[in-house]
Amino acid sequence: MPTEKINRRKYLKDGLWGVCLAGLAVLAGAFISKKHDAEKVWQLDPDKCVACGNCATYCVLEESAVKCVHAYAMCGYCDLCTGFFEPEPRELDTGAENQLCPTGAIKRSFVEDPYYEYTIDELLCIGCGKCVVGCNAFGNGSLFLQVRHDRCLNCNECSIAAACPSQAFKRVSANEPYLIKRAGHA
Amino acid sequence: MLRFGRILISILISIVLCGIVFGAERFPPPDFEESGHELPSIDYITNVEPHHPVYEYLDVAVLVAALSLSSYLVLKRRSRRMLFLLMVFSLIYFGFWRKGCICSIGAIQNFSLSIFDANYAIPITAILFLILPLIFTLFFGRTFCGGVCPLGAIQDLVVLHPVKVPRWLESSLRLFAYIYLAAAILFAATGSAFIICRYDPFISFFRLSGHLNILILGCCFLVVGMFIGRPYCRFICPYGVILRQLSRLSKWKVTITPDDCIKCRLCEDSCPFGAITKPTVEWPQTGYTKSKKLLALLIFLLPVLIFSGGWIGVSLNQSWARMHSTVRLAERIYLENQGLLGETTEASSAFRATGEPIEDLYDQASVIRKQFKFGGWLLGSFIGLVAGLKLIIPSIRRQRTDFQADSASCLACGRCFKYCPREHVRLKGLSQEQDIADDSKT
Repeated sequence: MPTEKINRRKYLKDGLWGVCLAGLAVLAGAFISKKHDAEKVWQLDPDKCVACGNCATYCVLEESAVKCVHAYAMCGYCDLCTGFFEPEPRELDTGAENQLCPTGAIKRSFVEDPYYEYTIDELLCIGCGKCVVGCNAFGNGSLFLQVRHDRCLNCNECSIAAACPSQAFKRVSANEPYLIKRAGHA
Repeated sequence: MLRFGRILISILISIVLCGIVFGAERFPPPDFEESGHELPSIDYITNVEPHHPVYEYLDVAVLVAALSLSSYLVLKRRSRRMLFLLMVFSLIYFGFWRKGCICSIGAIQNFSLSIFDANYAIPITAILFLILPLIFTLFFGRTFCGGVCPLGAIQDLVVLHPVKVPRWLESSLRLFAYIYLAAAILFAATGSAFIICRYDPFISFFRLSGHLNILILGCCFLVVGMFIGRPYCRFICPYGVILRQLSRLSKWKVTITPDDCIKCRLCEDSCPFGAITKPTVEWPQTGYTKSKKLLALLIFLLPVLIFSGGWIGVSLNQSWARMHSTVRLAERIYLENQGLLGETTEASSAFRATGEPIEDLYDQASVIRKQFKFGGWLLGSFIGLVAGLKLIIPSIRRQRTDFQADSASCLACGRCFKYCPREHVRLKGLSQEQDIADDSKT
């Protein structure tokens, strides 16, 4: 009698084991054989972004994976660039007291009268978005934030996405990992 | 003053321009006829390659290797020392080098999101990280917990003076892990949050940065872990819950003794995780009536527990739904529109700036609320079921003649091996064999 009982328990167990294994195998097979879209990476939609500054502080990296980028084709090359200068600059020059960028990451260089070109030194940029606010307010909106995928760890849950007030963060296909502003789509 | 005027005028002009042709540039880009300056391209940002997927496949390869090695070391080689080295390696690789991401525990969420959200494609690596340890557990028991999981490893290192947790307390505390699992699936499936990642207590250590709260939480776990072995694994880990059940069925199990148990009781207190079960005592032939009545009551209680769990789950759905940012935003907007709140938040002003109709937002929020209502019902009844079964299962008659590692709770750390005198006999035999082999060589 006891042996029979043990056997019954053993059969049940073996049966369950087989079912579990088959289930896992089918599950794995189904997901792996399914046609796979490219993997997803985090990106922020510049049209939704309000440049609140969370990108600079919420990223798990010491220095955020989000950086400011520049769509030159949209830029007005203004002398009085509201993305570069403080709201009321003392002089229109590259003096630190006149600059909006807290790290001096934007370089201003003369092209031809009255146009100036603004380039971003990504090593200095912290992704705070101060220049983006300035550029959007009075300029063409050619400065905007993007997750740089050479830096992004692609966390399972992006900490910035969880803190983003405008729900601008989303998972995008790794084949087109950037959401770039183009002229005419402002 | 002149400069201020200039700014003011430019502001006014830009606002007017903006009003006239919304969507066009306020300041048309120059064509640089004079200097022939060429516009740099925005494509400079896309030229940087993202992380190469090779690294992710390397992770899977390391996972398989570590799982195999861990299983071999625990079941065949029976070497705690080498398992310890593997554990430290896993801690360094999956923890500090890969920064705790990707991990099997978190992959539960990717899996549930991919089932409920058609737009989300789960990475193959996440699927493999979820399923491979499960398959290994079906064969070899929880060798993932013992030698591969970085969260387990960091806690295993701090086990200092483990105290015994009473069985009833351990079983009750474990209910939290089931709640955590169910909640993680619910929040991931509704696209609200990945709570396992968000509240991973050791992530701040792995990344050497992070939120202060999480850092404090992690420190608490490590301090508690000095006296209660691996508290996260035993009472919190949602993946451990799944591994427990599969480990009960595993083909090969961790055994304390290499051959026969001589019931010397030397291993009895060796397990810091309370996973060693004693031989069962003979059941009394009479005097069952009271226990039978109790069991009948518990079985009757099961549907009551399931139903009341479901009811609690549904009644909490309002607060759970607030984990979703859309629901939070909709509530905020509603309260602001009612004039109950004086100021706006960044989120609500950002939403208002988009000009999307508020009704759409309310509709989205109510859809999510409905999902939470249904999910809350499921979650609650699941917890009720688990609690009910926890009460009933101790009544099942089991026969154990030996001191055994409980296959569900055993974390395959290999600490108990050296307590078994039979193990010492085995090791002696091995070294003698080695001596004979050496002798025959020379």
